[in-house]
Amino acid sequence: MALVEKEKLLQQDKTDRPVLEAENLGIVFGGLHAVEDVHFSLRREQIMGLIGPNGAGKTTVFNLLTGVYTPTTGQIKLEGQSILGKKTYQITKLGIARTFQNIRLFKDMSVLDNVRVAMNQKMEYSALAGILGLPSYWREEAAIEEKAMELLSVFHLENNAGDRAKNLPYGQQRKLEIARALAADPKVLLLDEPAAGMNPTETAELMETIKLIRDRFHVAVLLIEHDMSFVMGICEHLVVLDYGRIIASGSPEEVRTNPKVIAAYLGGE
Amino acid sequence: MTNQKKTGLIPKSKLLSYAVNAALLLITYVLFFVLIANGTINRYTSGIMTTMFINIILTVSLNLVSGFLGQLVLGHAGFMSVGAYTAALFTLYSGLPITIAFPIGIVLAGVVAAVFGVIIGVPALRLRGDYLAIITLGFGEIIRVIILACDFTGGAKGLRGIPTILPQGSDATSLSLAKYSYVFWLAVLTVVIIWAFVRSRHGRAVIAIREDEIAAEASGVHTTYYKLFAFVMAAFFAGVAGSLYAHHIGVLDPSKFNFDYSVEILLMAVLGGLGSITGSIIAAVALTILPEFLRGFEDYRMLIYAVILIIVMLFKPSGLMGQHEFSLSGILARLSSKKSGALKKGKGE
Repeated sequence: MALVEKEKLLQQDKTDRPVLEAENLGIVFGGLHAVEDVHFSLRREQIMGLIGPNGAGKTTVFNLLTGVYTPTTGQIKLEGQSILGKKTYQITKLGIARTFQNIRLFKDMSVLDNVRVAMNQKMEYSALAGILGLPSYWREEAAIEEKAMELLSVFHLENNAGDRAKNLPYGQQRKLEIARALAADPKVLLLDEPAAGMNPTETAELMETIKLIRDRFHVAVLLIEHDMSFVMGICEHLVVLDYGRIIASGSPEEVRTNPKVIAAYLGGE
Repeated sequence: MTNQKKTGLIPKSKLLSYAVNAALLLITYVLFFVLIANGTINRYTSGIMTTMFINIILTVSLNLVSGFLGQLVLGHAGFMSVGAYTAALFTLYSGLPITIAFPIGIVLAGVVAAVFGVIIGVPALRLRGDYLAIITLGFGEIIRVIILACDFTGGAKGLRGIPTILPQGSDATSLSLAKYSYVFWLAVLTVVIIWAFVRSRHGRAVIAIREDEIAAEASGVHTTYYKLFAFVMAAFFAGVAGSLYAHHIGVLDPSKFNFDYSVEILLMAVLGGLGSITGSIIAAVALTILPEFLRGFEDYRMLIYAVILIIVMLFKPSGLMGQHEFSLSGILARLSSKKSGALKKGKGE
């Protein structure tokens, strides 16, 4: 009995431990404090929303987290390890993958190849092995193709594997981008406006997909989104940014009724 | 899962198409070998064939950078000249018998050109598009001017007396055959290596950079590394092509490797289709032979040549092959699918 209890506690501890932490995060462009004193911690398998009016610095926060920009102040920790000063591709390897506000697929590559590119970092055969067609090449390529197809089937894209990415309809392109991010086998998934340009049915479907991803791949999700019904429907925790600063943070309920948030969105006196 | 155990093996269908391609290559090789040997193809024509294969190496290797990596490079002739002079100086002064010195010279030419590729690539590849084009253009000119200024390269007089690739006293036909064998198989080797590279995980990373560098980096691709890798690989093969050129012509003139020549190679790559290896081969062959066919028109030769280029670009801006590859198995598959009634679409890959 006690053992079960202990295990439960351990499990609890595991999910409670933050996978991604930002402390006092800030960046200055020229004289402009684009982001200032941003802090949050993302637990395992938590879905967190980053919201705020246009130009609040949400995407800048994503760019800081993925190493596109180096923060002027503050600290970012992935599973307790600082990732400050690491390059984007290194951070992806360590476990933060992202999608982009305006879809950035490898347009002229096949759907399958889009996913395989992101799996590249987990593959090991050398350039020489690839050129000579050594057994390691065939073995790894076969394994990766199977894995990629499996991932595509989660997004119902397996029948489009051979199509060029640019020929997919918009909604499926968004899905493919998420699939590609997941192919990097991340611990944290950053989604930049995943529901942008989607109709209500597609948005509802996307909500289910994101929950499914979280449960199946055990990732924590941090997402930027303007669609409030989407945000309220899926996020367990919200962080609200305005002019680069956090003006509120808490559960969707708390945030919804926060006067500062209402003022930021609707304009206060 | 258990049948996955044998995935270390090459799929049967692939093995078959490799065998067919290898057989076709061998037949082509033997065919032209015999034609040269019995004099049906004269020395003049076999000389053009040699140039053609050298152009294939240049075009396919440039396509790796400009087509697959998507970076505009205008200094390919510069890398070629580095290789040409390296190999020529080596065979001239090494003191080794030419049959040994030449193969070593080829490898050396590639390696030295690759070293130059690293030296140029590290600073240049921070830039992209027009800026990179200008830097590589500048590099090509610098190399040419340095060669002009140096004594050991023969300066403006050019480098003379580069030994033929067979020992002195060999007859003209066996020399033609030896040249043909070298350029044929080295062209094949270049194409096979670049083709296999493009289809490996490394090649996918390179293509991903062309498609979207930011997304590639965010997908875990070490973009700087792969850009340099492709750039250096292209430089290597340009060097190899240079070594072949030097020993084919026998005299090196620095003015040959000018900006115009870089553009000519780029032209072949663009005309064939950036991102298509078979397109590069077709264009290199066509643009080497075309001026020869037009010799009868003398005065209008370059005019017709230019008009043909304009027409192709107007009607097929992505080049003859676009990003597609010509493959026998692809055509066979298309034909059989047409036969079986599924003729609705034959485009696809």
